[in-house]
Amino acid sequence: MDFDLSKPQKLLKESARALLARECGAGRVRELMETETGHDEGLWQSLADQGWTGLSVPEEQGGLGLGLVEMAAVAEEMGRACLPGAFLSTLFAAALIERAGSAEQRAKYLEPIAAGQLKATVALLEESASWDVDAVKLGASREGGRLSLKERKLFVPDAGVADLLVCVARDGDSLVLLPIERGAEGLTVRPMPSMDATRKLYEVAFEGVTVAESDALGADGDARGALRGALEVATAVLCAEMVGGMQWVLDATVEYAKTRQQFGRPIGSFQAVQHMCADMLLLTESARSAAYYAAWSLTENDPAARAAVSVAKAYCSDAYREVANRGVQVHGGIGFTWEHDLQLYYKRSKSSETLFGDATFHRERIARLVISDE
Amino acid sequence: MDLNLNPNEQKFRDEFRAWLVANVPEEWAGGGTGSEDRAEYIEYLRAWQRKLYDGGWAGISWPKEFGGCGATLVEQAIFQEELARAGAPQLVGTIGLSLVGPTIIALGTEEQKARYLPKILSGDEIWCQGFSEPNAGSDLAALGTKATRDGEDFIVNGQKIWTSFAQMADWCLLLVRTDAEAPKHKGITCLLADMHAEGVNVRPLRQMSGDSGFNEVFFSNVRIGPSQVLGEVNKGWTTAITALMNERANLGSGIQVVFKRQLEALIARARTIERDGRPASEDPLVRQKLAQAYLELEILRLNTNRALTSLSKSGIPGAEGSIQKLYWSEMNQRTQQAAQEILGPYGQLKEFDKGTWEYAYLRTRGNTIEAGTSEIQRNIIAERVLGLPKSY
Repeated sequence: MDFDLSKPQKLLKESARALLARECGAGRVRELMETETGHDEGLWQSLADQGWTGLSVPEEQGGLGLGLVEMAAVAEEMGRACLPGAFLSTLFAAALIERAGSAEQRAKYLEPIAAGQLKATVALLEESASWDVDAVKLGASREGGRLSLKERKLFVPDAGVADLLVCVARDGDSLVLLPIERGAEGLTVRPMPSMDATRKLYEVAFEGVTVAESDALGADGDARGALRGALEVATAVLCAEMVGGMQWVLDATVEYAKTRQQFGRPIGSFQAVQHMCADMLLLTESARSAAYYAAWSLTENDPAARAAVSVAKAYCSDAYREVANRGVQVHGGIGFTWEHDLQLYYKRSKSSETLFGDATFHRERIARLVISDE
Repeated sequence: MDLNLNPNEQKFRDEFRAWLVANVPEEWAGGGTGSEDRAEYIEYLRAWQRKLYDGGWAGISWPKEFGGCGATLVEQAIFQEELARAGAPQLVGTIGLSLVGPTIIALGTEEQKARYLPKILSGDEIWCQGFSEPNAGSDLAALGTKATRDGEDFIVNGQKIWTSFAQMADWCLLLVRTDAEAPKHKGITCLLADMHAEGVNVRPLRQMSGDSGFNEVFFSNVRIGPSQVLGEVNKGWTTAITALMNERANLGSGIQVVFKRQLEALIARARTIERDGRPASEDPLVRQKLAQAYLELEILRLNTNRALTSLSKSGIPGAEGSIQKLYWSEMNQRTQQAAQEILGPYGQLKEFDKGTWEYAYLRTRGNTIEAGTSEIQRNIIAERVLGLPKSY
């Protein structure tokens, strides 16, 4: 048994940290969060040059074909840097296309994704804001060999910059996955300004957007199963990203506690402060165990993977918020300012908490697996 | 990263599992010997340890040259897990095996090794640990039990408290003050004290849970010879730290298996008791609580595996033990509180499920105090892992 990153995995993580420190410092994050899309083409190309846009894309489609532990290692560093933009959205869409697409569709979309030429997202949530795939109501109607969409999707990440949007729609009792390219007729994308400006959300409205039946993904397969599988992958990667955010907050807070003086000594010498920091470490390390285990068990197709993903997301959702809270508390007034970078992580902890389902949602999923034996 | 057991580890697990199936006494399956007699019970536990010894499974962590198994850390964890999984009787000689033995191996004389180690392994001699005192708990180095010279010998006077196994122990790893003038860490000596010697008195301490796991031990003019000093005179603090390192290197591999069985029992109970006209297991709030207990226990298991990997690679026990202890003790309290909420007044009954929930709830209250309080563990994490300045 070896629950540690291998040497190559450690090197990959170190190189991710170095590159992001160079190209995505806090100043750049702040600039990008003020833009409409949070996207920086130069930065995106740097990620693509490293192979990260295709890190877990199969080699046949031009990716590196690495497992999710490698992806988690890079994602952890992205979370540490609070990287803005469409990386996670594109990864989610790629995981979905890999599972639901025909060989042709996989080649069509995954190759440019791996090459950094295509950014994508998945439009799933509606008014109910539920991450339960069975909550999808938006229906696709069939006419003349085409599927037509009306109404709207909400909380769609990075729709403002995505070249491809995979819309999850209802087709009778089953689900259908419709790839819609940027600028399609009848497609309107409107920002939904939200707390975390480093992760942009959009309302996507469809007015007679149509997709040829032959272009639909997962048409002859199990779209629901593919969507669940892709959600598990994206959730595990998000958890690793959250661990990176927690680590940044912990490091910044401990550093501050060592240097900030009150009553003639560092505040980190007071047990009230020490114990908050110790709890932050425990939360961060526990979240790390859960996130990497989820990534590993998905890579290994372990039967326990579904539960592992929900354990990780339920834990990380509560833990990141808690770590960010205590981080601000230890910093005092300066931690509550716009000027201090803690605010970026405090907000990221909140947006990450709800993305792909919060702790309550994932605890119910765990209950279904371990109490109801589903 | 590979969380599967490697072939050697699998072989070790399979062999020990098969041995346990063949050897765990059948009558123990109910959780006891069936006998109310205290002396008989202790004899029974000694016999169980003897059986492990004869089977070649005693001293799992000890080097082979001292009669141990020389097992790796992962194998030691498997050993604890399998004992718990098989519901085997407790190891009555656990203080000797996990704490005193390794300390004697590290610091003892050749005579001491030959005299004490074999009997620790066989269970012929049971040990206890005389560290805490009424006025020296978290601040252990403030201990005041006095040992004064009488020729070559020491004469010991004082009191120890919270001493597990003292009521059945033959020997005690005893910390005493031999120099009252020196700074507190520099006047301590570690003695190997005969619990049957004249002047040693043991009084059981009844806990709020009703049982007596701990004792007070009184020393009144107890004579201890020079061959029974472990390590050097006035360097007993080093001996104590060696012992505590061994105590904390036990990362709780067995305990998570025990918790898992308790949680499974709670889930089974939630299916049978009613809430608002349906099984409690269908109530959304109950489901949230059970799922939280499940995920926290999963994280204990994963943290344990990461700590084992890290210790196996570095070979240097760090603060892993403190992190583990802090986590499981607080987790156990939350889970038993959840059990009480789910079971309602049944949870407090002494006859419902043989009183296991009532007992567990009360017993967990001690978890964040014994073997280093949560506050002490947080101090250790803050100072040794995070590098924050000392608070005292």
